[in-house]
Amino acid sequence: MAAKKSAKKPNVSKDELLQYYRDMLLIRRFEEKAGQLYGMGLIGGFCHLYIGQEAVVVGLEAAAKEGDKRITSYRDHGHMLACGMDPKGVMAELTGREGGYSKGKGGSMHMFSKEKHFYGGHGIVAAQVPLGAGLAFSDKYKGNDNVTFTYFGDGAANQGQVYEAYNMAELWDLPVVFVIENNQYAMGTSTKRSTKSPSYWERGAAYGIEGEEVDGMDVLKVKEAGEKAVAHCRAGKGPYILEIKTYRYRGHSMSDPAKYRTREEVQKMRDERDAIEQVRDMLLTGKHASEDELKAIDKEIKSVVNEAAEFSKESPEPALDELYTDIYMEAEA
Amino acid sequence: MATEILMPALSPTMEEGTLAKWLVKEGDTVSSGDILAEIETDKATMEFEAVDEGIVGKILVAEGTEGVKVNTAIAVMVEEGESADDIKEAKPADAQAAPDEPAAAAPAAPVAVVTPAEMDIPEGTEMKPTTVREALRDAMAEEMRANDNVFLMGEEVAEYQGAYKISQGLLDEFGARRVIDTPITEHGFAGIGVGAAFGGLNPIVEFMTFNFAMQAIDHIINSAAKTLYMSGGQMGAPIVFRGPNGAAARVGAQHSHDYASWYSQVPGLKVVMPYSAADAKGLLKTAIRDPNPVIFLENEILYGQSFDVPVMDDYTVPFGKAKIWREGSDVTIVSFGIGMKYALEAADELAKEGISAEVIDLRTLRPLDMPTVIESVKKTNRCVTVEEGFPVCSIGSYLSAQIMTEAFDYLDAPVLNCTGKDVPMPYAANLEKLALTTTKEVMDAVKAVTYR
Repeated sequence: MAAKKSAKKPNVSKDELLQYYRDMLLIRRFEEKAGQLYGMGLIGGFCHLYIGQEAVVVGLEAAAKEGDKRITSYRDHGHMLACGMDPKGVMAELTGREGGYSKGKGGSMHMFSKEKHFYGGHGIVAAQVPLGAGLAFSDKYKGNDNVTFTYFGDGAANQGQVYEAYNMAELWDLPVVFVIENNQYAMGTSTKRSTKSPSYWERGAAYGIEGEEVDGMDVLKVKEAGEKAVAHCRAGKGPYILEIKTYRYRGHSMSDPAKYRTREEVQKMRDERDAIEQVRDMLLTGKHASEDELKAIDKEIKSVVNEAAEFSKESPEPALDELYTDIYMEAEA
Repeated sequence: MATEILMPALSPTMEEGTLAKWLVKEGDTVSSGDILAEIETDKATMEFEAVDEGIVGKILVAEGTEGVKVNTAIAVMVEEGESADDIKEAKPADAQAAPDEPAAAAPAAPVAVVTPAEMDIPEGTEMKPTTVREALRDAMAEEMRANDNVFLMGEEVAEYQGAYKISQGLLDEFGARRVIDTPITEHGFAGIGVGAAFGGLNPIVEFMTFNFAMQAIDHIINSAAKTLYMSGGQMGAPIVFRGPNGAAARVGAQHSHDYASWYSQVPGLKVVMPYSAADAKGLLKTAIRDPNPVIFLENEILYGQSFDVPVMDDYTVPFGKAKIWREGSDVTIVSFGIGMKYALEAADELAKEGISAEVIDLRTLRPLDMPTVIESVKKTNRCVTVEEGFPVCSIGSYLSAQIMTEAFDYLDAPVLNCTGKDVPMPYAANLEKLALTTTKEVMDAVKAVTYR
């Protein structure tokens, strides 16, 4: 229903819509492939897929400019692809290969790109929240107008350090957008079982931080909210909170038996609220693209993902002497 | 009845102070709560209030007097119709210090400092007596002048001028942009500091004590120490975490922990623990310039102690280079931080008994200058280590293992470790003294390994 409503008069160009479609589809296909490679034993350890939540990062990246920073948790593949990191480098990190963003030493949860201003990839729930405030601190200190997108989940939103960061971010007017990706489950614990406070974004009020709730299955609404948040930060008004209601279709990690929710609940979200389907619908009903054109895009994305998968298998494992590199940075004489 | 007003102890480590100013004069009537005087400790200038009402009969210590010992009578209070001379009959019964127990744990005067040949200082350099406190402040000020990306954040570092007065004057010189008071929120501001370091700044994060850094240790270890590796060398955290570490005096179990061995275990961190003021300055400057996260462990008791510091434009001390404070032939005593006080005192005493001890100050624990230790042990064939931390998995136990591995055939006796005792720090003065290592323990250990 929401799809039809926003399809009426989307304040968005055809090119933009196509771009969002492409970007969201890349994340979905990439994650499906990662799931496959995990099943084949090529990816090890923990692997947290982003399927279902694609509109969050794609919408917010549409509101970002060059120089803006982003930092997130361990469910980070989508964020990296959305900010323009190379799918080959991301997939090769998942397989623990030399061609990965961290030369195979970080893994799924720990990737970084200085070039794309992506600061990880953090495995300790909510640690990225003060870190993100610190990145924003560095920009304010330097006197530029960059903004830091600090992503965390509804689970992390119950950690104490989030509120320590809120307090200082508002106290010092740090240009940080706190993005709560509320996918309704902290691992296996639903929000209803973890808190009685009605909404997460409203907790910011205790610190004087403005915010709002956003429909995270609608990429245009996410973008719109992102623009508002970013404008607030760039104007020197301090932090802003976006609680983005989203849904993860897959388990918390690859080893999630998913006993905490019904198949029907997941299926209903997929059928009625899927972000990619909504944009697809807009493109078709608005006559911005034909079925054939969209098929061509699908095919193109598939080949990008396949290439990434091939690269991630062919790239060699890191050289053994890599064990002892990158522990310390050489001090300048 | 006439009563004496005694010089008060205004901090856990205060032993003496300056009577900066009298705010009353002889003959004044005062009531409880009136301010009698301003007393300057090594940390701050404090107002000293009257406890009872009465008349100021006699002022015994003139204003401006320095080095007034705690519990010295500084004035006499009398009642209506009394004379200050009545005090002769009054007994200072409530002076708390047990007279037969000299405060031996932390002597008032710093030990006579033996100045050995200095390896980091050109010959003929002018030396200036400086406290460790001033040396740390000077190091930060010099580095902040040189690099706008260096800033200081922590609790009470700005307007209060530092809980231990380390950052005194920095707010005035550098302003609120670069000297930043934080709320009491260690976990949060440590994370913000690391994030700022990721963002290209060089933060100095002061912990009021490293005991409070346990709330922040996740960011120190998981966020700061590991990121360079996890990012395949793309980005690290050039940040200094500094503050007092270990026991002070009578502050109990939760404020007395020595974290030297904890942090020394972590790849990605550098760990510094200076003893002298010159090293405190030179090592802190090196720490601020280092592109890696550095744990800089200070000691509250050492803050007020003076050492010669070279007068140089840019005095730095390299990491990973131990300092030989005195050369010797019978035994090697290895220590760092305040442990050096016991090591040097023991070496002085042992010299009188004809035992020649070589004393090595490790200065940095990570990187650790093992070659200097091994070379010395090969010469003396005996080794005693000294630290205030707990004995299990201590720096001493690691040194012992390394010495065994690298110099087994040279040892004429087992390596002995003098450490703090394996107990939470007690509050009672006698038990606290017992919980820490002592000069006597070091001497006994040396005698044991030299079979004297």
